Amino acid sequence: MRLFNRKYKIHRQSTAERIILPLFLVFFGCFMLLPLLYIVNTAFKPLDELFLYPPRFFVSRPTMKNFRDLFVIMSDSWVPFTRYLFNTVFVTAIGTAGHVILASAAAYGMEKFDFPGKKLMFSSVVLSLMFSSVVTSIPNYLIVSKLNMIDKLWAIIIPALQSSLGLYLMKQYMVTNVPDSLLESARISGAGEWRIFFEIVMPIVKPAWLTLIIFIFPGLWNATGGVMIYSEQIKTLPVALAQIVTGGIARAGVASAISLVMLVLPITMFVVTQSSIMETMATSGIKE
Amino acid sequence: MKNSIIIKMNKLSDSLKNRYRYDVKRFKKNKVAYALVMPFYCLFFVFTVLPVFLSIILSFTYFNILESPQWIGFTNYINLFLNDEIFILSLKNTLIFAVVTGPVSYLASFIFAWLINELPRRIRTIVVLIFYAPSLSGSAFLIWQLMFSSDRYGYFNSFLLRLGIIKEPILWLTDVNYIMPIIIIVALWMSISTAFLAFIAGLKSIDKSMLEQGAIDGIRNRWQELWFIILPTMKPMLMFGAVMSITNSFTVASVSTELVGFPSTDYAGHTIVTHLMDYGSMRFEMGYASAIASVLFAIMITANKVIQRLLQKVGN
Repeated sequence: MRLFNRKYKIHRQSTAERIILPLFLVFFGCFMLLPLLYIVNTAFKPLDELFLYPPRFFVSRPTMKNFRDLFVIMSDSWVPFTRYLFNTVFVTAIGTAGHVILASAAAYGMEKFDFPGKKLMFSSVVLSLMFSSVVTSIPNYLIVSKLNMIDKLWAIIIPALQSSLGLYLMKQYMVTNVPDSLLESARISGAGEWRIFFEIVMPIVKPAWLTLIIFIFPGLWNATGGVMIYSEQIKTLPVALAQIVTGGIARAGVASAISLVMLVLPITMFVVTQSSIMETMATSGIKE
Repeated sequence: MKNSIIIKMNKLSDSLKNRYRYDVKRFKKNKVAYALVMPFYCLFFVFTVLPVFLSIILSFTYFNILESPQWIGFTNYINLFLNDEIFILSLKNTLIFAVVTGPVSYLASFIFAWLINELPRRIRTIVVLIFYAPSLSGSAFLIWQLMFSSDRYGYFNSFLLRLGIIKEPILWLTDVNYIMPIIIIVALWMSISTAFLAFIAGLKSIDKSMLEQGAIDGIRNRWQELWFIILPTMKPMLMFGAVMSITNSFTVASVSTELVGFPSTDYAGHTIVTHLMDYGSMRFEMGYASAIASVLFAIMITANKVIQRLLQKVGN
């Protein structure tokens, strides 16, 4: 089988192209894949295999023991583990849903209406893509504490809602996929603005929401709350799991089991939504 | 003379009034638009716009949270650049880091996307997942800690020992010579993310007929096709990808603190962000930390603007 099959053959392919380019891709594919495979293998290794010298990459007698140990440690903890799980699920669900709704509404407003202040708003959003939120972490802490949200799950959720990448991608998607003529004809047939947004626009931009979800989800799912949260009951799953892993090779199996458990959901979501994401990213370009 | 001025003033005030009336009318007409935009934008203003200004203001103060901020002018910046050797070191590390990972991750994202784009559909879906998965991984990069473990059980150590390249295990994560390269490798592993997806999507949406037309016009090989047709068509995507890569490459912190510890040996893995966290969330010198944040902000915006200028020239 030819790996690189072009349906149209427009120019001659040199040896370099036929051999070196695929090799290049395979080499870097291995670089990307091996650590992930290592996680999977380590998670299923029994204790004696972890201490085997020389260390083997692949597991020879897979066991579920690491997962059972994880479960035992979890049920022994002072705060019930379901509490941590609930915290993370709550943060992820509310944060993701809220972000998608707020960002879609704002994107629709900025794309299809012309109001004073719009240009300034949108350029501030684009500018904010150019620096990371680390820059604003100090004043953010002060603002969160002024708003009395320190040591509450809202301290993670509320700041995540306003991620500017989501608004930007959604607005770009609407430029090509929500035609003005459609909105006009809906208005002529007497639909109210809110009905148009919820019943016409939102269904059309479904691929874009899935993209917003895939970008906001991993951050919330892995969120620790950092300095904003200190009570044990409010801590999230990644924090609790990180406490289990105190390091050392004996715990490597359990640690890998944890990584694997935390990875399953984001990866499944990416697999399911990949084609919608590609459709949305096709409109992501910055035009000047 | 006076009259003409008065007439002009009247005209001006009329036009202002009209303008005002016009704006009010537009405002009323756009009640729906404001209702749509404001919930998001208010939050954005409170958690992004306002903090940028607050951070700049705080950077000119001494502020330890307990007492109210005291204005001290440029003292923080002077101390930062003249008296804080660790900051200069972290600045140097961050720049080295950004100059290596930024362009490498950007080019790699593009080249991978370009090669993957020609794979058959099924295989493409899987390969995209393999390249993108590490960026979804959260704390899974800790697996590298196991691979670079400093005893003989560490995967790299045992491998090199068996090959006879080294005689005794290397202390990968505590040896000053290896800290930076390891952080760079791990960060690169995690950096194939948003830009990569944007490039794949952009390449997929390129019209095949353009490439055929190009071949008729005398494009002879893949590289010419890339330079003369694909890159210019993808310019907006390239811009977007650059913004994403630059922003990522300047903010490495958790990879450093989790892998090589905080502080790392001789601060070899110290970056601006870890320095910021040190002063912000451990020493509570918020004014000084804000000055660090403002420097980082200035660097990131400048880097973005410069790169955008350069990218404008692609294919021209």
